[in-house]
Amino acid sequence: MALELRNVTKSVGSEQHIHETSLRFETGQFNTLLGATNAGKSTLIRLMAGLDRPSSGDVWMDEEKVTGVSPQKRNIALVHQFFVNYPHMTVFENIASPLKVQRLAASEIEGRVEEAANVLQLGPMLKRYPQELSGGQQQRTALARAIVKESKAIFLDEPLANLDYKLREELREQLPDILSGRGTVVVYATSEPTEALLLGGTTALLHEGRVVQVGPTAATYRSPASMTAAKVFSDPPINLAPVTKVGQEMSLNDLRWRLSGRAAELPDGSYTMGIRPHFVTPSEPIRSSSVPFEGEVRITELSGSESIAHFDLGDLTWVSQSPGVHPYRVGEAHDFHLIPEQCLYFDQSGALVAMGDHHGPH
Amino acid sequence: MARIELRNLRHSYLPKPAGPDDYALKQIDLEWSDGGAYALLGPSGCGKSTLLNIISGLLTPSEGQVLFNGTDVTAEPPDTRNIAQVFQFPVIYDTMSVYDNLAFPLRNRGVADDTVDARVREIATMLELDGDLPTRAANLTPDSKQKISMGRGLVREDVNVIMFDEPLTVIDPELKWKLRSKLKELHQRIAVTMIYVTHDQTEALTFADEVIVMQDGQVVQMGTPVELFERPQHTFVGHFIGSPGMNLLPCEVRDGHAFFQDYPVALEGPISGAGGTGQIGVRPEFVRIADVGIPAQVRKAADIGRHVVVEALAGGTTVNAIIDGPPPAQGTEVNLEFLPQHTRLYLDGWLATERATA
Repeated sequence: MALELRNVTKSVGSEQHIHETSLRFETGQFNTLLGATNAGKSTLIRLMAGLDRPSSGDVWMDEEKVTGVSPQKRNIALVHQFFVNYPHMTVFENIASPLKVQRLAASEIEGRVEEAANVLQLGPMLKRYPQELSGGQQQRTALARAIVKESKAIFLDEPLANLDYKLREELREQLPDILSGRGTVVVYATSEPTEALLLGGTTALLHEGRVVQVGPTAATYRSPASMTAAKVFSDPPINLAPVTKVGQEMSLNDLRWRLSGRAAELPDGSYTMGIRPHFVTPSEPIRSSSVPFEGEVRITELSGSESIAHFDLGDLTWVSQSPGVHPYRVGEAHDFHLIPEQCLYFDQSGALVAMGDHHGPH
Repeated sequence: MARIELRNLRHSYLPKPAGPDDYALKQIDLEWSDGGAYALLGPSGCGKSTLLNIISGLLTPSEGQVLFNGTDVTAEPPDTRNIAQVFQFPVIYDTMSVYDNLAFPLRNRGVADDTVDARVREIATMLELDGDLPTRAANLTPDSKQKISMGRGLVREDVNVIMFDEPLTVIDPELKWKLRSKLKELHQRIAVTMIYVTHDQTEALTFADEVIVMQDGQVVQMGTPVELFERPQHTFVGHFIGSPGMNLLPCEVRDGHAFFQDYPVALEGPISGAGGTGQIGVRPEFVRIADVGIPAQVRKAADIGRHVVVEALAGGTTVNAIIDGPPPAQGTEVNLEFLPQHTRLYLDGWLATERATA
């Protein structure tokens, strides 16, 4: 089973919400749409689900054009950010509701509801009403209702956004297992880069109504095709700086480092470099081609497991994120190291033109 | 600015509370120093909002006292407590300009125009709202509105305390990141007592000097982010803080040693308690994949960019490890090693090892 958007656009009035987009999602993989609020995630989901009609282009399911077909006829399921359950029905009746519509036999309904409830750890809750459940259990009920109908596609639009941090962590950890092996296409929208990385699978990066990159999640994070993609897929934000290449050397203000690989072959000139905060370290890394420099620390954040420093580098403000506890003092200059192998170089159009060789974690 | 004390505080929403279960707040004794940054952290329903409402005066506690600088304010209404509050959703006047919104709390108290002007501009600069001052608030994006809401909370210099109730919940990650550090910077600069309520550990730990972790109407631990991360006093704190949280492995305690499935596990120091259900607690950051150690099988590995989170099964117990370098394949047989100085014993949930003496 595959779900496809072919040259789809969506405009509302004079505003173009989705620029021409083609995407293909298949069963057996976990597909994530990552982008900020208003990037177009929900709009794409509404188009795929059939809640909205594209202004141009078509939606295909199973190699069949379904543009204009109602959501009911498309046999899809949708889970929202807000917990949508029927308040006057028990958990059992809520989960069973899509099957009752299909007029299945009572014994079959019971079996399938129990299976879905077990997968979502709702077995003991079946007789309760939604308002007697915690937020996490309410959202599990909505998820159970989505999987019970064995639909062709399940769309999850920021389903964890309204849950407590820890509940979110727990359910996110289980979701890929819950949804895999059901023969359904899974599309999951999130605004959180870390969530996309934890879910793995494939990620499409959205920015202002455009898909800027699609690929395996971790690889997309490591090799963003453009500065926009790097920004969309960063938390904390990626550090950027204007740099100049002359010969085999790159310079940023008075910092200089030697280039290797593709970066060394770039034509001389001006570029923008990007480096993620965890590659700007407060101590010398073991593998040391690192470039030392001083930065004046403006803000520090210590979470116990890691230390974050916001510091000034010339007229730029950069961020360093490192494991452990580093005793920074606000207003003072501290030593930092930049790891040149981890730099990304973008040309004037914002396209990635070179990156370091060591793109593994640390 | 104020030092805040909470003494023998208990609160029930029921008219005639019977047992401890009837109390939303069971027993709270806390002292917060003037100018500190504090966070109340806990899951929904833990009582943190109840506590916040008692401090602000929206709620009168069933028992106990609230003191500001040594003065009992328990019976005082909110408007005489001289506090500022920032809520989850922006509270601003849509019809007013950004400038007037920020000036409102000052003008309302009869502050002179030139002082108002200086203060509004200072706050606007801090929040990067300078360019928006003449703009009507209605025309701004939701996150700019939340910035104004924060600015209104921060604009008065004479408040006893500024309280934030989940102020960043509705904000996108990138802006959340910016506002969070902005707030931190503001606190570093103006040093007003601030109390920040959240369920999000990242916000609590990065904002506060001290974090109060709450569960079921009680304070489980109050400490610096480093203390909460390194030596959780209770398994709840271990689990609730950290991503993923602390690994907790069922264990047996015999002759002063802890055993997990018959493997002896070296602990940070001597065992201080006795009896009760034992659990070994070790954070994923301090679990290594090694040549020797507890045998386990890799269930999955998530490459989250700056490190890899490995989930392994040892016997029937899940153990998470945070490692550098390439993620091991699913199904790989590995050995897990716990760094002894970070491996603790918990008995009936409470920390039961002492720090090793050097």
